[in-house]
Amino acid sequence: MRDISLTTLTFAELLGRLNSQEVTSVEVTTRCLEIIRRNDPSIHAFLNVDADDAIKQAEAVDRKRAAGEPVGLLAGVPVAIKDVLCTKGQPTTCGSRMLKNYVPPYDAHAITKLRQADAILIGKTNMDEFAMGSSGENSAYGPTRNPWDLERIPGGSSSGSAAAVAARMSPLSLGSDTGGSIRQPAGLCGIVGMKPTYGRVSRYGLVAYASSLDQIGPFATDVQGAATLLEAISGHDPRDSTSVRQPVPAYSRSFDQPLAGLRIGVPVEHFAEGLDSEIERAVRDAIAVYRSLGAEIKDVHLPHSKYAIATYYLVATSEASSNLARYDGVHYGHRAEEFGNSLVEMYEASRAEGFGDEVKRRIMLGVFSLSAGYADKYYSKALQVRRLIRSDFDAAFEKVDVIAGPVTPTAAFKIGEKTSDPLAMYLSDIYTISANLAGIPGISIPCGFTSSNLPIGLQLLAAPFEEDRLLRAARMYERESDWSAHCAIE
Amino acid sequence: MSYEIIIGLEIHVQLQTKTKIFCGCSTTFNPDHPNVQTCPVCLGLPGALPVLNEHAYYLGVKTALGLGCQIAPYTKWDRKQYFYPDLPKGYQISQFDLPFSHHGQVDVVTGDSSANGGNEPTVRRVRILRAHLEEDAGKNMHDESGRGRDSKVDLNRAGTPLVEIVTEPDLRSADEARRFLEELRLMLTYLEVSDCNMQEGSLRCDANVNLHVTQPDGTKVPTPIVEIKNLNSFRFTEQAIEYEVARQWESFQQTGIRMGAKGGHKRTVGFDPNRGSTYSLREKEEAADYRYFPDPDLVPVMTSVEKINSIRAEMCELPATRRQRILDEFQLSPYDAAVIIDQGRAVADYFEEVAKTCGDGKQAANWLTQDMQAAMKERDETISNFPIRPHVLSALLDRINKKQITIKSAREVFTTLLEDADSGHPLSANRIDELVKSRGLAIVQDTGPIETAIAEVLSRNAKAIADFKSGNEKAIGALIGQVMKSVKGADPQTVREKLLAKLGE
Ligand SMILES: [Zn+2]
Repeated sequence: MRDISLTTLTFAELLGRLNSQEVTSVEVTTRCLEIIRRNDPSIHAFLNVDADDAIKQAEAVDRKRAAGEPVGLLAGVPVAIKDVLCTKGQPTTCGSRMLKNYVPPYDAHAITKLRQADAILIGKTNMDEFAMGSSGENSAYGPTRNPWDLERIPGGSSSGSAAAVAARMSPLSLGSDTGGSIRQPAGLCGIVGMKPTYGRVSRYGLVAYASSLDQIGPFATDVQGAATLLEAISGHDPRDSTSVRQPVPAYSRSFDQPLAGLRIGVPVEHFAEGLDSEIERAVRDAIAVYRSLGAEIKDVHLPHSKYAIATYYLVATSEASSNLARYDGVHYGHRAEEFGNSLVEMYEASRAEGFGDEVKRRIMLGVFSLSAGYADKYYSKALQVRRLIRSDFDAAFEKVDVIAGPVTPTAAFKIGEKTSDPLAMYLSDIYTISANLAGIPGISIPCGFTSSNLPIGLQLLAAPFEEDRLLRAARMYERESDWSAHCAIE
Repeated sequence: MSYEIIIGLEIHVQLQTKTKIFCGCSTTFNPDHPNVQTCPVCLGLPGALPVLNEHAYYLGVKTALGLGCQIAPYTKWDRKQYFYPDLPKGYQISQFDLPFSHHGQVDVVTGDSSANGGNEPTVRRVRILRAHLEEDAGKNMHDESGRGRDSKVDLNRAGTPLVEIVTEPDLRSADEARRFLEELRLMLTYLEVSDCNMQEGSLRCDANVNLHVTQPDGTKVPTPIVEIKNLNSFRFTEQAIEYEVARQWESFQQTGIRMGAKGGHKRTVGFDPNRGSTYSLREKEEAADYRYFPDPDLVPVMTSVEKINSIRAEMCELPATRRQRILDEFQLSPYDAAVIIDQGRAVADYFEEVAKTCGDGKQAANWLTQDMQAAMKERDETISNFPIRPHVLSALLDRINKKQITIKSAREVFTTLLEDADSGHPLSANRIDELVKSRGLAIVQDTGPIETAIAEVLSRNAKAIADFKSGNEKAIGALIGQVMKSVKGADPQTVREKLLAKLGE
């Protein structure tokens, strides 16, 4: 077998070699499986890898290519899948004991799109239970570790998808982002992660956490990989009423075109108290790079962003309390073996055993927020503030094309450091949460390292359906830096 | 003390769509094969999302327009949350604060006009508070062997589109409630929005009942409201309300407990038709908190005035309007008009076709409500498969109107036509003429033979003549009969007139 050093290949080089048949998909896939076998026992990015099935998929794509048939956008490229996306005939656990043995009878829309693009589905990745968490520690199957420092968390909730790409176990992966669950772990793992506009990617088959905030998006080692994966999964789906009828631009072709006259807004509120000084320096340096490229830099204000976390934890938990009601032990999922003799006791025992602490905490919060006598004070009020947060962005995007700032207030923290303090944990999403409430797209790209060699992320936000602009702006910086070439695992 | 009965109804109507309200599964009633009409959406599987069936919404709007409701320009979907095994998502997609329609009314005839001396019929106007769309739940099947086996759930019905219609408490008796439901069912079947098959659960009713008791001092006191759930026949609805009224009256006389007082909270009961009584389901003192909130998986629905108008234009004439129109247009009695309209749109269409082509609405109504009705019943047929089609009946009635045959002869032809149909012969107007001819049923227009026969009959009936002349007018019947017997096809009216003239000489 020819040597394929996935650790040094850019996405362009990988796809180029596959297309020129310099390497086969079987070779690429085999190499990924080897790295998984070698490194995943210590990282625990994957919950389920069906190596034989992955090789079979790769063989089929190789045959197609060899026969000269037209192939899809991601032909032969392995993609790891967050275990919150339904895969037909393969377990989909959502990181929960509740769905330990659950096997969906259908593919999520994004999975169908990946199959159509001839991607190789290499495995299902670890995650915070039902996508609730910022560290990956809430998985019922044990935490994922940050490939840059195994004592630290990789971020969450798409912990496994981020770690898998950072550790080069898969060149691409899919995650879901409800309050930062793609951008935050991408930032903490030193890779590219993107949350598209709400409605850009169909949610059909994405197991719901908070339906009005959830959005599927790509992880990659570089911007081109993210652009290509996003292009493959985007587009209207009649099975999701909230998916938007808008043409999908060819992100994979346009991403490399620089933007002339780019106006970048720096949100004053994202550089306030609580931001680590090393992170602030790296992010300001990145903004300086844009200035050197001719971009206009100006301050913008997002006055309601101070309410973002509170708003998020009412909207998201309210929806979650409803979305997770279906896990009742009746139709599928975990049912307690021992319970009294009434239906209610069966519900109580099954849910008590099936859900972890954080999920229970959020369900209780959500039930409370929607309860008679409280809904006006909490849920309805949160919806009002949500509209104000959106207006803040609308106003800001009148003046600038892109908003730039940190992804997280600190670099990756230690495993166990914040598990006993949910509020401290929630603050790690402080800069990412607003984009979900406003429904706008955001991207996290690497912009440096702390003195202890932990990755730092730069977040760029844009107006709805401006993914193209966002990717091009990200690429402008990436071209001037070499952070993407840094690799966690030798 | 006296009391007034206060009744409000909540009716669930299954819309007759081919597919469910939020997925593509069939809505066919299929209790023998549980869980075959299901998919990830109606099973509530993780990740599945609902998409509104536009046709269900269209039928909903049609229903609401039939109820005289206003259609909301903006409506949304809400989740009604509770745990139950027949509810796979843990919530029902329904409508809470912004239903798609509201504020309508239905007029119900509550007294027969014959009962109050042929005056204008009494009418009860029932205001409709709202009508909203929602998905049906599945069906739980509990082990009734008493051996404590597992209960089972059939989700074939889960996701079937329902319209829930809520009336104001405007009904004043069990009889009125039944009549309202009958009128509602008639309207829904005219509009073809629901088959209203109560055995299959296509129309279900909850009744809220209480009394307003007038105290000796003239003040009025309401008794605690009782909601009777899941009444699946009009007769049971009537019986259940009657039972509740009697029970509440007795209870109030004994305890004096009024609505809202201690022990006066709203109660929910079921009705046991075998015992003819209601039984307690759950106490509503602590009302269930359904934690309604807008379903983030569905987008709001906007309905333009143009859209509403175009749906209105596609609607047929409503039964109440049609009842009045045929009454006026064909000079029918209110009774006949009601009998025709109440048998459904197909019968009304049949009637109008016959009445228009034969030119005699009264005659058409008589035949439809008597001979046709009896024949259909005997033959176990509906109007749509009854072998005598409107143009044939019309031709037959036309022969009566033109005094070519008697009604008695027409009945004979009618019966023969049905026999023809049973032996596979095609029916037509020509066949009627053929029968009239071959059986000599044509009315004898030439009065010569009648006069000869009269003279002959009178000559041998001196006693009958004497009886008649002494004041026994009935005696003429026997004479008419004898003349008719000797002159086949004689018009009895002509015979009578000529006989009277002769006797008066
Ligand atoms: Zn279905």
